[in-house]
Amino acid sequence: MTLTVSNLSVLRASRHLLSGVGFEVSAGQALILRGPNGLGKTTLLRTIAGLQPVHEGQVDMPEEMAVYAGHLDGIKSTLTVRENLQFWASVFGTGSIDAAIAAFDMDHLIDRAGGMLSAGQKRRLGLARLMVTGRPIWLLDEPTVSLDTVAVGQFGDMIAGHLDRGGMAVIATHIDLGLGARAETLDLSQFKAAPEQQFNPNEAFL
Amino acid sequence: MSALLLRDIRLAMRAGGGFGLSLAFFLIVVVLVPFGVGPEMGLLSKIAPGILWVGALLACLLSLDRIFALDFEDGTLDLLATAPLPLEAVVSVKSLAHWITTGLPLVLAAPVLGVLLGLQSDAFYWIVLSLLLGTPALSVIGTFGAALTVGLKRGGLLLSLLVLPLYVPTLIFGAELARRGIAGMDVGTLMSLLLGITFASIALLPFASAAVLKVNLR
Repeated sequence: MTLTVSNLSVLRASRHLLSGVGFEVSAGQALILRGPNGLGKTTLLRTIAGLQPVHEGQVDMPEEMAVYAGHLDGIKSTLTVRENLQFWASVFGTGSIDAAIAAFDMDHLIDRAGGMLSAGQKRRLGLARLMVTGRPIWLLDEPTVSLDTVAVGQFGDMIAGHLDRGGMAVIATHIDLGLGARAETLDLSQFKAAPEQQFNPNEAFL
Repeated sequence: MSALLLRDIRLAMRAGGGFGLSLAFFLIVVVLVPFGVGPEMGLLSKIAPGILWVGALLACLLSLDRIFALDFEDGTLDLLATAPLPLEAVVSVKSLAHWITTGLPLVLAAPVLGVLLGLQSDAFYWIVLSLLLGTPALSVIGTFGAALTVGLKRGGLLLSLLVLPLYVPTLIFGAELARRGIAGMDVGTLMSLLLGITFASIALLPFASAAVLKVNLR
């Protein structure tokens, strides 16, 4: 199984951000996306996840294999940590949430309401959700924001474990996750769209 | 899908979930009308079906922006859109959850409040029946409106303006069904029309809602 992106152009609100993006990720590999703020890393990840339409080019991967985690963690403040995770486990049809709880050391938080968690704890819960989805392709947008160094380490271990099981990940981050040779780095600055390509008013309605 | 339904119902029941809001609003409207109109029982029981229907409709309207706005703000909607559930199913389940937590309590509360408006006990049947057949359409149409306005900051006003005209046929046929039923007149045509609106909304609108939701998530 591979994720292949070829000659992909992405738009955000009819502004052309990136064009000609191409890469391939195979099982057990991670791809780290780099680039300055506002370049289009989030939009690229959302396009691969299917949340934005593909403007040009192709995204090839088996259907229903990718899971996306963005800036927001989708945590319900009146549900407990367990209920939050259990909900996603049932939506994705996977059973157990224990491994996800253990990966981020959240045993003591399990009955706490989502609204009572700190920003870092929320992010840990948001990342733990990835494990209960059971999907092999993870698309992660700045996953380490508001995590402490211990949690960043746990997150690195989680990614490494995921890659060991034949999973893959595309991660927009500026932090070294300690993945070594299994992670390739792609600088997106080279794909920045030329300014003359940047406006097409019809696109917003298509 | 049942997980999403249970979650939505659970969220509505928890503190701040807005479960009581519509019901309380309905109660207030119906309690205030006799004060405004005066205590003449004949007049009150005559306008009761209309009052109950308008009250239920406005109470329903009040809770619409919660259908998607909260899930949009905390990012859940993005995650649901990439989950194995088709978006049409997500939208349908959310309409159903809205009806269970808003429409159904209004239907059940209507006969109790009907007492305040001087309704006879044989009129309860028609009030409950007309609301039971009509309120699902209110939830489904409202879900469509909520999907249209989901990305907008403070889209509540626009939502009301968009949805109210779409509610008018349901209101006309629903209230008229109750009125004619109570008066002992023939209700066959009205019943068919009301059911037609409800079933057509349930069958068609989830597809439209899912389509506009996809556009709004970009």
